Amino acid sequence: MLLLLLAIILAMGGVMFLNRAYTPEYGLDLAGGTTVTLSPITPNGDPPSEESLNLAVNIIRDRVNGSGISDAEVASAGDNIVISVPGAGQEEVVKLVGTTAELRFRQVLAIAAGSPQPPGEMSTQAPTPTPAPSGSPAATGKSTPKPSVTAEPSPSGSPAGRGLSEALTNPSPAATPAASAAPEKAEPTGKATGSAKGEATPSSAPSAAPTGSAAPEDPLAGVDTTGIDPEVLKQFQELDCSKKDKGQGAQDDSNKQFVACDQDGSAKYVLEKAAVTGTAIDSATSGVEPSTGEWLVQLSFKGSGPDQWSKVTTTAFNSEAPRNQVAMVLDGVVISAPVIQEPITGGRAQISGSFTQVTATELANQLKYGALPLKFEKSSIEEVSSTLGADQLRGGLIAGAIGLGLVVVYSMIYYRGLGAVSVLSLVVASVLTYQSVVLLGHFAGFRLSLPHIIGLIVSIGITADSFIVYFERIRDEMKEGRRTLRSAVEVAWVRARRTILIADAVMFIAALVLYFLAVGGVAGFAFAMGLTTLIDIVVVFMFTKPFVAMLARLKFFAKGHPLSGLDAERMSIGPSAGSTTVPQEA
Amino acid sequence: MAGLVSRLYRGEINVDFVGKQKLWYGLSAVLLIISIAGLVINGLKLGVEFKGGSVFSFKAPTASIEQVRETFGDAGVHPIVQQTNSGWRVTTESLPAEQVTELQKTVAGDFGLSQNDVTLQVIGATWGGQVADKAVIGLIVFMLAIILYLTMAFEWKMALAAIVALLHDLVITAGVYAWSQFEVTPATLLGFLTILGYSLYDAVVVFDMIKEVTAKLGTTSKVTYTQAANDALNHTLIRSLNTTLVAILPVAAILFIGTTLFGAGTLKDLSLALFVGMIVGTYSSLCVATPLLVTLKEREPRYQAIARRLAATGAGAGAKAARQPVPAGAATASGGEKRKKK
Repeated sequence: MLLLLLAIILAMGGVMFLNRAYTPEYGLDLAGGTTVTLSPITPNGDPPSEESLNLAVNIIRDRVNGSGISDAEVASAGDNIVISVPGAGQEEVVKLVGTTAELRFRQVLAIAAGSPQPPGEMSTQAPTPTPAPSGSPAATGKSTPKPSVTAEPSPSGSPAGRGLSEALTNPSPAATPAASAAPEKAEPTGKATGSAKGEATPSSAPSAAPTGSAAPEDPLAGVDTTGIDPEVLKQFQELDCSKKDKGQGAQDDSNKQFVACDQDGSAKYVLEKAAVTGTAIDSATSGVEPSTGEWLVQLSFKGSGPDQWSKVTTTAFNSEAPRNQVAMVLDGVVISAPVIQEPITGGRAQISGSFTQVTATELANQLKYGALPLKFEKSSIEEVSSTLGADQLRGGLIAGAIGLGLVVVYSMIYYRGLGAVSVLSLVVASVLTYQSVVLLGHFAGFRLSLPHIIGLIVSIGITADSFIVYFERIRDEMKEGRRTLRSAVEVAWVRARRTILIADAVMFIAALVLYFLAVGGVAGFAFAMGLTTLIDIVVVFMFTKPFVAMLARLKFFAKGHPLSGLDAERMSIGPSAGSTTVPQEA
Repeated sequence: MAGLVSRLYRGEINVDFVGKQKLWYGLSAVLLIISIAGLVINGLKLGVEFKGGSVFSFKAPTASIEQVRETFGDAGVHPIVQQTNSGWRVTTESLPAEQVTELQKTVAGDFGLSQNDVTLQVIGATWGGQVADKAVIGLIVFMLAIILYLTMAFEWKMALAAIVALLHDLVITAGVYAWSQFEVTPATLLGFLTILGYSLYDAVVVFDMIKEVTAKLGTTSKVTYTQAANDALNHTLIRSLNTTLVAILPVAAILFIGTTLFGAGTLKDLSLALFVGMIVGTYSSLCVATPLLVTLKEREPRYQAIARRLAATGAGAGAKAARQPVPAGAATASGGEKRKKK
C-alpha cells in the first residue's frame, strides 16, 4: 500500500516534471486576466431587453465556464456584457465567446446512447423517437437511454420534455395531418437502428425497443453507417456525452458531417451536412394548438429557406429511422431532433411534442436568436490585474501554514507517537493536493482562486479528523482490553473505516450535487471539495492505516512507551480503570 | 484545568448532554430567534458580486494600488481595485448619484485628473441571477440526497436530526452576518458551503457511534435509549473536540491574519463564516442533533418499554437520585443519567 502510494506520488511528480507544470493555475482574483466588453447591436438601435441580456449572460457563462472550474466571470454592465477570463493572453477564448453560433438544420444519420453503458441496459439504447401522432405527444419517447437521467427533471429549468419525442408537421388547417402520416411510416423503420417498431402503438414504444443485437461496448452496433464519413464515425464512437459541457461550442462546419450530443447528454448523433441555416428562419413562435390545447412551436423560413427545407424534409421523410429525423444544432448541441411526418413545402412548419409553455418558448427563442439572443460587437479588450494583491495570497498561505503548524503541535502533544503518524499523513495529503491541483490546472483548466486555497487548507485540517476517529478507536480497543496493539489496530480499523466512509460519502455527495447543479464559482468550489474528500480517503486507506499497522509491530508502540501515545497509564488501563466507557450490553 | 484535560484524555468525562435538552433547545431557540430577527431587521449585506455595483475607470499611471484603495476606502466604500493596461478599474457597491459625483471629484482631486476623466459604469451581478438560483437548487437537491443517503446508511430519524442541525448552523451563521453587517461575498457563500459539509460530517460521526451503541439495546437492557445515546456522545466527545480544534486552528489563524493585517477582503469573508459555522456545527451535533434524535427515538415502543421498565425498577435512576432529587415523572426521561459502569 505504502509503496503503491509512493508510486502514485512519484508518477504524478513525473507527469508534472515532463510538462514543466510546477505551480497551480491561479484564478481571476489572484492572477488577473482579460476583460472583454461586448456591446449588443440591435436592428433598430434600441437598447436590448433585460431578458435577452440576461439570457445572453447565461449562455456566455456556459461557454466560458461550462465546466465550472475555469473561474471565469460574466456580468451585464448597463447594456453591455463584461466577460473576465483568468490568465493573460486569453483573447482566443474571448473571441469564441462573442461570436453568435448559428443554428443549423441537419438530417440525422445515426443515433446512439450518449455515453458508454453497462451491458444489459443496451436494450433501450437506440433511442429512435417514434413518430407520434401529434395528438398524443407524451405517449412516445426517445425511450430512456439512461434511466437515471431521464428520471429526474432537469433542475436548470431547461426543458426536460426536450428529450421526449417531437414531430414536425405542416401547420395545415386539418387538425391531424401527422396522425395520418404516421401509419404509413410505420413499416420500414427500425431495421437500421435495431430498435423494434413501436410507431403504430406509440404508448408501447419505449419498452418495445429490446433487440439484443447490440453489442454492449460498441455504440455503432445496429447503426446503419452507409454514407457516413469514416473520420466522423470515429469521432462518433469517441464522443462521450456524459461530460458536463456536452461538447458545446465544438467547431461546427456546415459543409461537413458532424457529431453532437443532445442537451441532456442522453443521446448522441451523427448528422448530415447542414441543409438549412438559422439565417433562413423568418420567425419562430410558440403557441397552442387550438384543437388539442397542446403547446407547439411554429416556424417559417425565408429566402432560399423554404426550398432547402422542403428538400431536407423530403429526403428525411423517405428515409428509414433514425434518418427520418432532422436535428436542430445550436452551438454544437442538438437542441431538438423531430421526426419528419411529411415532406414540408411552403416554408412553414410546426414542431409538436410534449412541450410545456416554458419549453416551447425556449425552443422558439433558440430558433429565433441562435445561441445568443443578441448580436454583439467587441467594444474593448483589456488586461486586468488581480483583484487581490499578492499580499492576500501570501497572507492566506502564511496563515494556513501557521494553522496547520498548530495542528501539528497539538497532535504531537495529544497523540505523541501517533501524532507523528498524523503529521506525516497531513504532509502526504498536502503533497497529493498540491500535485492534483497543479495537474488539474495544467490539463483540465482548473483555476485556483483564494477561496479555493483557503478551502483546501481547511480541508486538509478536516482530513485530520479521519486520523482522530481512527486513533480514538484504537485507544478504545486498548481500553477494552485487546491483548496486543496489533490486533487492536486491525479491529479498530474495521470500525473506524465505516465511520470514515460514511462521513466522507456525505461530503462527496455534497460536492457532486453542487458541482453538477451549480454554475460558476460554486461549481468550482464543489470540485475542490470533492477532490479533497477523495484525497482524504486515499491518504487514510493507503497511508495512515498501513503506516499505523507497521508501527504497531515496533516495540516502542507495542509496549506502550509513555511517548507512544498508547501507554497504559494515560489510557487508564489497569487497576485504576473504572471510568465510563461505552456500555457493553449483554 | 489540568485535571479536566487529563480526564478528557482518558475518556472519563461524562457530560449530561441529552438530559439537558431543554436547556439546549432553549439556547438554540434563542440563537435562532436572534439570527432570524437579524436577517429580517438588518438583512444581509450583499457584495457587488451578488447585487451589481458601479465601476469607476480612470488613468493614473503614477498611483499605487494602496493609494487607490485608500482613496476609495476613505470615502466609505468597499473597493475592488484592478489595474488594467489602460488604467484603473475600481468596482464598488451601487452608490447613490450624489455620492458618485462626490467620489469622482475626490478621485480626480487625488490623482490630478479632471472629473470627466473618471468614468462610471453600472455593472450587473457576476454571482447574481442564474448563479444564485442554481446554487439554491443545488442546495435543495443536496439536502434531499443527504436525507436519502442517511436514511439508507442509518435511518430517517437520524437523517432528519442531522438536517435540522444543519439548517440550525446555517441560520445562526447567517445571523452573525446579519448582525455584524459583514459583507456577504462569494467567498462567504463558499464558506457556508464548507460548513454544510462540515456540520453533516460531524453529525455523521456522532450518529455512527450512537447507532453502534444503541444497537446493543435489548428488552433486558439496563439503560434507556437516552442514556445509551448520551454515553455514545460522551464517548465521541474527545473526538468531536479534537476534530473541532484541529479544523478550527487553521481557520482561526486565517481569520486573525485576515482581519488584523488586511482588513476587509476574501480572507476575512471566508474565515469568519467558517469560524462561526464550525463552532456552531460542533455544538449542534452534540446538543441539537442528538437530543432531537433521542426525542424521536424514545417515542418508539421498544425504547418506551425499556424506559418504563427501568423507571419501575428504579435502576439507572438510583445513582442520580442519591445526589439530587428527581422530580416526579422525570424518571422516564432519566436520560443522561450519570451512569457508572458497574
